[in-house]
Amino acid sequence: MNPRALPVLVLAGIGLLCAIAFPFLYVTPNRLLSGEPHSPHVVALALSWVLLAGLGMLEVRGSRVAVALLAWALIAGLPLVAGMDARALLHATAASARVPLGAGFWLMWLAANLLLLDRLRGVRTSGRIVAWAGLFVALVAMSRAGAFESLALVREFHAQRGPFMDALLTHLSLAATTLVLALVIGAPLGWWAWRARRTDGAVVGVLAFLQTVPSLALFALLIGPFAWLARAWPALGALGFGGTGAAPAVFALVLYALLPVVRYTVAGLGAVPPDAREAARGLGMSRLQLLSRVQLPLGWPVLLAGLRIVAVQTIGLAAVATLIGAGGLGRFVFLGIGQGANDMVMLGTLAIIALALAVDLLFQAMLAFTERRS
Amino acid sequence: MIEFDHVHKRFGEHVVIDDLSLRVEDGEFFVLVGPSGSGKSTLLRTVNRLVHIDAGNVRIDGVDVATQDVETLRRGIGYAIQSVGLFPHRTVGENVATVPHLLGWSKAEIDARVEELLILLKLDEPGIVDRYPDTLSGGQQQRVGVARALAARPRIVLMDEPFGALDPVTRESLQASLKAIQRDTATTILFVTHDMDEAFGLGHRVALMLDGKVAQVGTPLELIRQPVNERVREFVGGSRARLRELAVRLVRDSMRKGEIADGDAVDGGSSLQDALGAMLTQGRDRLPVHEDGHPAGTILLADLVASRE
Repeated sequence: MNPRALPVLVLAGIGLLCAIAFPFLYVTPNRLLSGEPHSPHVVALALSWVLLAGLGMLEVRGSRVAVALLAWALIAGLPLVAGMDARALLHATAASARVPLGAGFWLMWLAANLLLLDRLRGVRTSGRIVAWAGLFVALVAMSRAGAFESLALVREFHAQRGPFMDALLTHLSLAATTLVLALVIGAPLGWWAWRARRTDGAVVGVLAFLQTVPSLALFALLIGPFAWLARAWPALGALGFGGTGAAPAVFALVLYALLPVVRYTVAGLGAVPPDAREAARGLGMSRLQLLSRVQLPLGWPVLLAGLRIVAVQTIGLAAVATLIGAGGLGRFVFLGIGQGANDMVMLGTLAIIALALAVDLLFQAMLAFTERRS
Repeated sequence: MIEFDHVHKRFGEHVVIDDLSLRVEDGEFFVLVGPSGSGKSTLLRTVNRLVHIDAGNVRIDGVDVATQDVETLRRGIGYAIQSVGLFPHRTVGENVATVPHLLGWSKAEIDARVEELLILLKLDEPGIVDRYPDTLSGGQQQRVGVARALAARPRIVLMDEPFGALDPVTRESLQASLKAIQRDTATTILFVTHDMDEAFGLGHRVALMLDGKVAQVGTPLELIRQPVNERVREFVGGSRARLRELAVRLVRDSMRKGEIADGDAVDGGSSLQDALGAMLTQGRDRLPVHEDGHPAGTILLADLVASRE
């Protein structure tokens, strides 16, 4: 069997299992109670996964494209079908009723995404951009047309629109502040570690140790010292600095971000050919000129690749920061858990995932741009 | 003029340069030759202070390099290394312009100088100035490296085995270019190599370094004919030293005037080695010698074999 067919078979198998075994939707009397599972399209969905598996095994021209197209259609079509089902189901029930998406939907949607990702491997960048941008446009267009209005998730979003936008902005500014501070502190630290050949020294050791402290514990540990600081210097307190809030959150996030920034700075500096450095010095460049004209341009792609990882990691970790009052999208997750409102948890989680993916994409674009230039 | 005055350098317990004194004259092509670990590269790098010496001093035109601003010092000295060290993110033109740029030359001056250098170093493919180093051959890269070293018209150029990684044909072509440039510009060149043929082919004077000391300094002929001890004789080539001698001596100094021989002529300015090669190729034991294209004399195989002035 063609080894490239294996991912298709596995994913199609998972899809088939989910179509049969897990509920596609639920109907609940209100946003807190659990409800009845509904799986209205078991046969059709199961058949399409079988079709996918079959196409994956066929070794004829165009079967690869057919698998990609079918996966694409599933990613766009599953939410549409769910939205239409939800509308039909709500029509027949009370106004407080909700239609949340079930595990079957989510897992199938995930499997379809992974399938498309796999099929697009090795395809030209332009082709990949067209596929994903097309999906984005299709989903936005459906959303604009109101196709998803009846889904519990969208209803939850409408109910929380104001707080959601606030949380999104807070989340972004927490992550951005963290990234900037980590770069400002970590890059010089990395430069020093590289110059002193101290990548196994105390500083890196401490940073590596910090990575092992659970984020929740670190946030909690910082409350005491920061509260004390705010009391000792009331001016700091007046600036919103205290045991809870953004200050200790950013502090903790920066601590987590420092190790990768330092590591990637060292790797970036190491990526500069030693002979180019030797020549630069021999020709009379000062340390600053060496840094700005040789080391930074040559090491930047490596550092940028590191920042991409730091950015995604920080967006994930910032979810926990809400527990010490820093706000952000984590608020919906923890509030939702507290209230038993799954839609709210889902709203926060999906937003964090989407944000992380968007930032990842942004960094990929920046990387592609710098690589084309150099 | 570069003067090394009782220079000492040690790395840990290992003495790399041992109380070394040496003088390189203005406009001289001076070669430091010796085996690996003899300290020749280290000595070269003390001139632009890439190596800090432990005792003694290094002077350029009587001024101790240690008293000068290190960046100003380095910008005034050309520097080329075996690994070339071109900046991979800069075009050929930008690489060559490195030092003029650091010195704040105007764009027009820089452009004119880059163009001049590319012609001088036979880098005259159209569009080469905007290409990136990784698109060039090894020989072209080193030509760019040499052009970069010469860019700001330094009076002194340091070269650390610049042709060591090149194939023999490319190396000879670069050696010829460098020799011509040195002759035309009267730049003082301090050149490091471990290749004895390269040293004798290029240097006005050669210093053979062994164990951090100068074992002997002199013209190539002096080293070949009067080695001061057995180790120098060994390095100069033992029985093959006579072949090297043929390579450094010129036809016009050994020819007989007026006698006319048959065969393809050799140029008076070529080496006796070239003449011997021509005799072997043509199967003759005597060849006509031309100067500026006109018959000037004859060179005899017997004179090559017997020649010991």
